Amino acid sequence: MISIVLLEAANQGILSIIAAPIIIVGGMGVIFGIVLAFASKVFAVHVDPRVTEIAEALPGANCGACGMPGCAGYADAIVNGGAEVNKCAPGGSDVAITIAKIMGVQANAMEQKVAVIHCSSGGYKNTNWKYAYEGVESCKSAVNIAGGPNMCSHGCLGYNDCMNACPFDAISVDEYGMRCIDFNKCTGCGACVKACPRKLIALVPINRNVYVKCSSKDKGNVAKELCGSGHSCIGCGICSRKCPVEAITVTDNLARIDYTKCINCGLCATVCPTKAILDLLCGIRRKAEIIPEGCIGCTICAKKCPVQAISGELKQVHVVDKDKCVGCEVCVGVCPKKTIKMV
Amino acid sequence: MGYLGEIFVMAMSALFIQNFVLSRFLGLCPYLGVSKKLDSAIGMGLAVIFVMTMASAFCFLIQQYLLVPYHLEYLQTIAYILTIAALVQFVEMVIQKNSPALYKSLGVYLPLITTNCAVLGVALINITAFRSDGVTPYNFLDATLNGFFSGVGFTFVLLAMAGIRERLEFAPLPKSMRGMPIGLILAGTMALAFYGFMGFKI
Repeated sequence: MISIVLLEAANQGILSIIAAPIIIVGGMGVIFGIVLAFASKVFAVHVDPRVTEIAEALPGANCGACGMPGCAGYADAIVNGGAEVNKCAPGGSDVAITIAKIMGVQANAMEQKVAVIHCSSGGYKNTNWKYAYEGVESCKSAVNIAGGPNMCSHGCLGYNDCMNACPFDAISVDEYGMRCIDFNKCTGCGACVKACPRKLIALVPINRNVYVKCSSKDKGNVAKELCGSGHSCIGCGICSRKCPVEAITVTDNLARIDYTKCINCGLCATVCPTKAILDLLCGIRRKAEIIPEGCIGCTICAKKCPVQAISGELKQVHVVDKDKCVGCEVCVGVCPKKTIKMV
Repeated sequence: MGYLGEIFVMAMSALFIQNFVLSRFLGLCPYLGVSKKLDSAIGMGLAVIFVMTMASAFCFLIQQYLLVPYHLEYLQTIAYILTIAALVQFVEMVIQKNSPALYKSLGVYLPLITTNCAVLGVALINITAFRSDGVTPYNFLDATLNGFFSGVGFTFVLLAMAGIRERLEFAPLPKSMRGMPIGLILAGTMALAFYGFMGFKI
């Protein structure tokens, strides 16, 4: 190559050897540049700058929790389709506030939710099998064959569709073959809720720690017999009667907790005969105590206490009955003098 | 042999005998990267066909009327890359303005193939290739058609790969083999199968 260049240099003179490539390639670059510059004016597509700003503010996981095809689709829907600004579950309230600022609207507070599997079966040792399933390793596929391989036709199949659907790696399988949801990683996007063919997963506000770990709609004795874990809901209704705020209803032989009413007291979990209700705070729940110096005897706490554990006359120091207190912390929130603490 | 026969030879050779991915081993990145889903593979394939055809035509003209007369063949690579990149940018703008639907289905893939070696490869091969008689070099139409058929060959293999990989998702594979490892084995097996076409004379 070099020799050819040198030879030609001798023939044509060094100037044209250097000038020709510079002119040709440089000229190509200039022409292309000019053409592209004109094209970008002629073929300019107007994009609302807010769409780009919102798309940058969104997490970019494309999880679909907002109901749009992805983050870009949601950004477009906010600006052009009038979608709400607080639909992004993974981004939470931070992103909602950022988007609200870009759009110049007020963000409604959004409640952070996490996914909870409402079944205590599905592991290696706590599942009763109907037959040995040897097909595609997917819940969606297994559930189609004779109503699923497990005895309980409402229970977890254990083929981890939810884990595979999770875009945030929040679901893992423990040594017993049970799926565990990491609440620190879970963003409440709802991908697993859609993936579960048995509809066992629901989104629960992150500050509610009491769950019915069963979804069986079978009659009490049948449900108990079919479930391999022994913690099936038999629909007895004791929890519903004991609940101080009437948050639990029993329909189709299954107890359901209304989380808009639930105060997290855990009473239902202690009375459940089959231990189908899981209370994450069991054993670590604290009791309320009124600091006598601060109490002005306003009686608000006594009126608000769902289990009537607080007593005292008007303008007198109130006391908490430790045996009755369920540790729901309702009184802490209502006390105007902030003089109730949990011990 | 008439010109139609020549086109047939060109098509068969680009599709099977000298397939860009499986015989020449060009464009392997999109072959492994965009073959997880069939619909994105279709998008990528269409974009590649389009860009390869355009790049073949333009690069042939650049070669013929700019590089050869001034003895600048050694600047092929840089001139071609410049041409292809500018071309893709231009085409992207035109599509975005005139056909938003097509832009949405191709959009992501168009910028990706700007520097794809298969696109540069077809432009480079076009100027050294001969017709089936072994003496006539490609003319402008030959080069453009060869670019088109090479793109079709790429798409054909990409779609086959995507179809197989979609089914592989459900195969009971050991965990360490899932995803890319089995994809590479699959690519090797497909290349072996295409090796059977090598040496075919039409």
